[in-house]
Amino acid sequence: MLAYVARRLLQSVLILFGVSIITFALLYILPADPARQIAGRSATAQTVDNIREQLGLNLPFYQQYGRYLIGLVQGDLGRSYLQKTEVGTLIWSRLPASLLLMVGAIVCELVLGLTMGMIAALRRGTALDKGLMIFSFVGVSAPQFVIGILLLYVFAVQLGWFPIGGYGTFAHLVLPSVTLGFLGAGWYSRMMRSSLLDVLRQDYIRTAEAKGLTRARVIFGHAVPNAILPVIAMIGIDIGLFMSGIVVVESVFGWPGIGQLAWQAIQRVDIPIIMAVTIVSAVAIVIGNLLADLITPLIDPRIKLR
Amino acid sequence: MGSPPPEVLLTVTDLVTQVATPVGARNVVDGLTFDLRHGETLCIAGESGSGKSMTALSLMRLLPRPMARVAGGRVLLEGRDLLALDDAGMRQIRGREIGMIFQEPMTSLNPVLTIRRQVAEAVAAHGGVSDNDAAIRARQLLDQVQIADAARRLDQYPHELSGGMRQRVMIAIALAQHPKILIADEPTTALDVTIQAQILALIRRLQAENNIAVILITHDMGVVAEMADRVLVMHQGRAVESGTAREIFQRPQEAYTQMLLAAVPRLGEMTGTILPKRAAASVVADPVGGSVVKVRNLNVRFDIKGGILQRPVKRVHAVDGISFDLGQGETLALVGESGCGKSTTGKALLNLVPWSGEIEIAGKDLAGRSRAGMKPVLRDIQMIFQDPYASLDPRMRVGDLIAEPLVIHGLATGSALADRVEYLIRRVGLSADQMKRYPHEFSGGQRQRICIARALSLSPRVIVADESVAALDVSIQAQVLDLLQDIQNETGISYLFISHDMAVVEQISHRVAVMYLGRFVEMGTRAQVFENPQHAYTKNLLAAVPVPDPARPRRAYVALDGDLPSPVKPLGHVSPPLYRRELGAGHVVWEREPARL
Repeated sequence: MLAYVARRLLQSVLILFGVSIITFALLYILPADPARQIAGRSATAQTVDNIREQLGLNLPFYQQYGRYLIGLVQGDLGRSYLQKTEVGTLIWSRLPASLLLMVGAIVCELVLGLTMGMIAALRRGTALDKGLMIFSFVGVSAPQFVIGILLLYVFAVQLGWFPIGGYGTFAHLVLPSVTLGFLGAGWYSRMMRSSLLDVLRQDYIRTAEAKGLTRARVIFGHAVPNAILPVIAMIGIDIGLFMSGIVVVESVFGWPGIGQLAWQAIQRVDIPIIMAVTIVSAVAIVIGNLLADLITPLIDPRIKLR
Repeated sequence: MGSPPPEVLLTVTDLVTQVATPVGARNVVDGLTFDLRHGETLCIAGESGSGKSMTALSLMRLLPRPMARVAGGRVLLEGRDLLALDDAGMRQIRGREIGMIFQEPMTSLNPVLTIRRQVAEAVAAHGGVSDNDAAIRARQLLDQVQIADAARRLDQYPHELSGGMRQRVMIAIALAQHPKILIADEPTTALDVTIQAQILALIRRLQAENNIAVILITHDMGVVAEMADRVLVMHQGRAVESGTAREIFQRPQEAYTQMLLAAVPRLGEMTGTILPKRAAASVVADPVGGSVVKVRNLNVRFDIKGGILQRPVKRVHAVDGISFDLGQGETLALVGESGCGKSTTGKALLNLVPWSGEIEIAGKDLAGRSRAGMKPVLRDIQMIFQDPYASLDPRMRVGDLIAEPLVIHGLATGSALADRVEYLIRRVGLSADQMKRYPHEFSGGQRQRICIARALSLSPRVIVADESVAALDVSIQAQVLDLLQDIQNETGISYLFISHDMAVVEQISHRVAVMYLGRFVEMGTRAQVFENPQHAYTKNLLAAVPVPDPARPRRAYVALDGDLPSPVKPLGHVSPPLYRRELGAGHVVWEREPARL
């Protein structure tokens, strides 16, 4: 177990190194010039050159990356070009909001997705099943900004149940979480449906029925714990999906998390922030997958981590 | 004779069960009528597709929905019609009045729940039992079904138990609520013979102790003879014949029953003969002169990796230093129970697993051959697998499947290829117009014939047949065995026949090697091994085979002696030496202790 975690963490370091070098290279090739952005539209060529030199942007790629990497290893994410603060501080102050949003989204997609999937499987072939599957298909295919704006319009503007945007109370959390979790809920309901249908055909379900157990005990005691296994494995991958989702959702709802920070930084070519958000995302994905792998053996005793 | 027969417990009248097919409903059970009396064992026997399992599921109303349903008839259990009960009423019957065990012990237990939970749940299924009492009773039940170390087993999960133990757990679950009837659907088909003998004896003992009526569903006439008071033979959803076990075995009335009994290979039926059943006298196996396969000190080991760096930490000794020769035109059978390494040995001969030692096929040394380097060797050795459903590509036409080896080896093209394929397909008893069809259009037996045709296409000198008839019904099995022997008579091909079925092995083989934990324990001619077994394990194996003769005294309860020792060993493990004892004329025994003279 410990050896397994150690090995996975070792692999993670390599993954993070790869992510950082690829992102850095992409930003390096990018035609946008951060120095010009910082200097402003009226700056002279001289000023721009000075800034470029000051930030080390005139150095060859390997030197720039080398400097960045040395800082990174020491925990220094650099300084924002435009906000004139430590990127670490910025990220740190915005991370809780994003994490909260993600937790909300996970709860939302699990509750919504598993319930819909279970109902659909148990009412297989009925109009309810078909209706739910169409609904989940919408969840899978509709872009998040559309869903976000739709939810805002109906529940905030028309009905007034939730605030239009901002951060602070539980009511603020609901719409962004639902928007972010909607995609996952769609996937989960489809996975849960097929997984449960598959499990209900298994021999051990017949054994449980032959004991004379009630239908509810057969389903919740025997079928669901097995059916849920592939869904659990998905949660880890989902954290990656969230990372791209929060950029959109936080912008739509004015949620002060790292997604919003990233969006602003991308518009202004604030390379240290873009790098930092990418690395934080990569860390989140790696940890998410690791957690999913660590949880699975707790539910499925056949899986042993080696 | 004198005492009146016990009262009728269950009466089934005109049972009709239908399965939905694309062309409409089909009756898989078609007007079945039978009685079950208190405390008796009724065996429902038949081949696959006879409707015997569907009958069992119909009685329990556990048919797979929505594909199958009971379309008519009555099932009276002490006056109540089970088919007329509502769902809640039927639930009261399940477990309480009728307990059931299934064929596949590997999949019949929930993989994510502990044994304790699954047994205790059966105890408490209908309420009125405290958790604590249920746990105590679960423990007692495991003791009752003779599971060693029951306290520890309760906290384990199904995958940590062997097949035999899982089937014992299933029996404990079925008996948890003291049912009057136990339905056992092929309860030992998936188990090794020695385990089968234990489980059958256990069922008999529990039945006698608790006065339970048993409906035992099986395709194995040996099991029927071991267990049945009365027998119901089913064919295509109908009862063909029923009667006491003695009547059915000694004076079968119906042609189908006679055919079924005639097809059953009987252990000991070959006593006094030297050659296999259909061997032509002209082909004499010559193990010494023309060895086609030569194996010396073959080892197959699989590493189990672990730790941060994924280095090997343990090693599975699948095959542990065996040597043998296979002569021209000879059939050597490798027998043993699951996990003994017999299939791995077969795979090593085709270089399908990493091995060490020496293997020579038709004079070609196999050592260090790559995939490409194996190509010339594979002209001389081919394999037929157990599962004819999984070993044919479903998207290729049968003719193409048979032609493929010839194409790969560039041995024939155009009309020569077509002629050769047509010859092969006819040779295995199929017709040439079937070449354009796909595998799913054929039955299991026909598919195995196709596999044989494919293996024969290169005219190899050896075929490794790995449990090649195990998945087939007895009547089909007999035909395929005949076909294999006829081909041998004709071409002088050699077979390495891997099987767990002693009766089949007796019919087909010239020589037999008994494997246990990766090593040979006994090898000799068929007559030597079957008529004069020397090693305790061989004797055990032979004694465990059910004999299709109800007149033979039934074996008393076989005490359990735990599981097979594990072939997983620490890294530096060297297996303790076995002492080789020659009994003359090629009969060899390998024993733990040197023979005392």
